[in-house]
Amino acid sequence: MTPEMIIFILIALVTLGTAILVVTTRNILHAALWLIATLVGVACFYVLLNAPFFAMAQVIIYVGAIAILFIFAIMLVRVITPSGVKVFNEDWLMGLILACVFFGGMIWMLTRWTGFDTIPSVAVSQVDKINPVKLLGIALVSPNGYLIPFEVASVLLVAAMIGAIYIAWGKSLRNK
Amino acid sequence: MVPLSWYLIFSAALFAIGLFGVLARRNVIVMLMSIELMLNAVVVNLIAFWRYGDTMKMDGLAFALIVFAVAAAEAAVGLAIIISVYRRRKTVLADEINLLKW
Repeated sequence: MTPEMIIFILIALVTLGTAILVVTTRNILHAALWLIATLVGVACFYVLLNAPFFAMAQVIIYVGAIAILFIFAIMLVRVITPSGVKVFNEDWLMGLILACVFFGGMIWMLTRWTGFDTIPSVAVSQVDKINPVKLLGIALVSPNGYLIPFEVASVLLVAAMIGAIYIAWGKSLRNK
Repeated sequence: MVPLSWYLIFSAALFAIGLFGVLARRNVIVMLMSIELMLNAVVVNLIAFWRYGDTMKMDGLAFALIVFAVAAAEAAVGLAIIISVYRRRKTVLADEINLLKW
């Protein structure tokens, strides 16, 4: 057991525990707060994987924008599930079985794969030396790399923004 | 370092939890949150494969960035739809939003 393994196990337990709380908590505002804890836990994994840029992006985009958007939406709809209303639908047992079957199937499939226990060939110090953020930036704007997916993603964001404004605006915009 | 299998098992577990949330919860907002959990599990997988494979190739990181953009767009549109539905039907429970089932 290296220290990194102990840190991994601790972060994994916290992240999975808060993820379970997200899907089981009755009060959806609390679920949104547990979601923030889960997202921060996943950001810790990006740090362990030598991708600090993605850890920062995770905190800024997910915790800073998406989770706050969720909390705003919950405040706007004002439906905190009262104690008499059921949290799960009547098919929740099927959902649980399906999720367990999916998890078991994934593990079964992955253990048959030869690269399952790969140890990284590149050391941590070398990853910092090649400067992944710079390479990623070049790859995102070079025509041989990911220029078109990058532009499609920006068009998607604009379309989603306009669509979200139009849908959420209500009657006053449409009647004009 | 931690072997790749640990990250794969972790993200499979996170994805399964998200899948359960989407299938079992009645509240549409929590279903959207579960979708965010599943997308996060996918991004962990992508970055883990980048780290344990060829770190000079940027495929995994570029896809992870695009998944981030798609997740942001999905959350914005989904929550706009939920607010619009709530305004008309006064509910956010998935089994009460059944007009299209007629």
